[in-house]
Amino acid sequence: MATITWKLANGSTISAEVADGTNLMNAAVANNVTGVVGECGGCLSCATCHVFVEAGWSVRVGKPDDVEDAMLEITETPRTELSRLSCQIIASAALDGLVLTVPQG
Amino acid sequence: MAAAAKLRTLDPAAQITIVSAELAHPYQRPVLSKAYLSGKAALETIALRPASWFSENGIDLLRGATVTVIDRASKFIALSTGGTVPYDALVLATGASARPFPEDKGGALAGVHTMRDLGDADRLKRELADGRRLVVIGGGYIGLEAASEARKKGVDVTVLEAAERIVQRVAASETSDHLRSLHQSHGVAIREGVQVSRITDEGGRVNGVELAGGENVPADFVVVGIGISPNTALAQEAGLIIDNGVAVDTFMRTSDPSIYAVGDCASFPHEYRRIRLESVQNANDQGAAAAASIAGNDTPYRATPWFWSDQFEMKLQIAGLNTGYDDVLALTGSGAARAHLYFRSGVFLAADCFNDPVTFAMSRKLLDSGGKLTREQAELAGFSMKAFVTR
Repeated sequence: MATITWKLANGSTISAEVADGTNLMNAAVANNVTGVVGECGGCLSCATCHVFVEAGWSVRVGKPDDVEDAMLEITETPRTELSRLSCQIIASAALDGLVLTVPQG
Repeated sequence: MAAAAKLRTLDPAAQITIVSAELAHPYQRPVLSKAYLSGKAALETIALRPASWFSENGIDLLRGATVTVIDRASKFIALSTGGTVPYDALVLATGASARPFPEDKGGALAGVHTMRDLGDADRLKRELADGRRLVVIGGGYIGLEAASEARKKGVDVTVLEAAERIVQRVAASETSDHLRSLHQSHGVAIREGVQVSRITDEGGRVNGVELAGGENVPADFVVVGIGISPNTALAQEAGLIIDNGVAVDTFMRTSDPSIYAVGDCASFPHEYRRIRLESVQNANDQGAAAAASIAGNDTPYRATPWFWSDQFEMKLQIAGLNTGYDDVLALTGSGAARAHLYFRSGVFLAADCFNDPVTFAMSRKLLDSGGKLTREQAELAGFSMKAFVTR
């Protein structure tokens, strides 16, 4: 279990307990996080679940693999070094307290 | 759904109502003929939004209701469940229906399926069992996905395609060849250029598919995947212009400026003609474009189409539209990665990418940016889409 917080484009935040093994795109959709769409259902085809990982969390969250890295090139909001596709981040105790920022769409 | 979600972000005060013929909460459709069919994805995980989303966003969802009449003069719709809903703007996202196999040729027999909605997927799922025999009529993407999921469950599968080759309408022969080999290597029988004369039965239950010439291919169940037709009846009755779908302009407006149409049911201007696209990308992006128009931020719809299909261990991703292609170049990458690039008059149009997500993403990026790639550039030794796009 991990508590994940999303900072939304409108300035509000949503926090939720996410079960281990759940990807954070599904978790965002389940918690009505506006701006995380997940159009392809998490199969790395759409780049609509783009988030920015809070500085300081990058090491624990990890780096995108080659496929995700390529998909990050076609996000609606341009990527930064903190960008990840949230369908590829899997909840675990190690990510308890993680803060993600949803891009301005 | 996409139109409602986008409009809510653009206009916090708008009153939004979604009328849905289905009883289930809105769900993802592409996965139905893929992971949902194999049982890998459960119903809870394919909801587009949780039930609470509608109330949290002030969106009324009327399930199990259809629109019986659009009164354009007084701007209201009438519902099958009784009552009316007034509108300032109306979005038709009525989708499409699977083209049925003719009833007088066995199309209504027990055991004959189409693959379009949740009910179809649930019925088909119950038929999938080791050793049973499936005949798929139509070698398009839906038929091939169903064939793949069934074969993975040990079903004995035959695909019948009337045209000279599978996926002929939408892809190059190189792509047909690749998909044919993939299916054959998993034991699916692919028969092309065969005409079906009727579906045969025993006591009202399908027992085979008869070909022109008389041969009967035995079947315990049949999937009919011969295309879809846009659901235009409501728009037609309302007197809107129909042209292979509800005709819209680049702002998704129909011939009535208060009425919009998006997704599978809409035909929109592309280059010098009208097209209709059947994909989730198109439905979402057009829904968002319609919402922007409704909110007063007219921006012409111009999105790079993309599409994907899962078959066996292969992921096919398509970027762009290959309409009017006159040339195809095959790129082979490392391992199973492969891409077929489409060109028209020497200029890159689209790519079919097989287990090659990097070429897919980079093709989308190139097309999004309006960049140009010529056949000469692509055939240089050592060409890679990634190196070209990020150069």
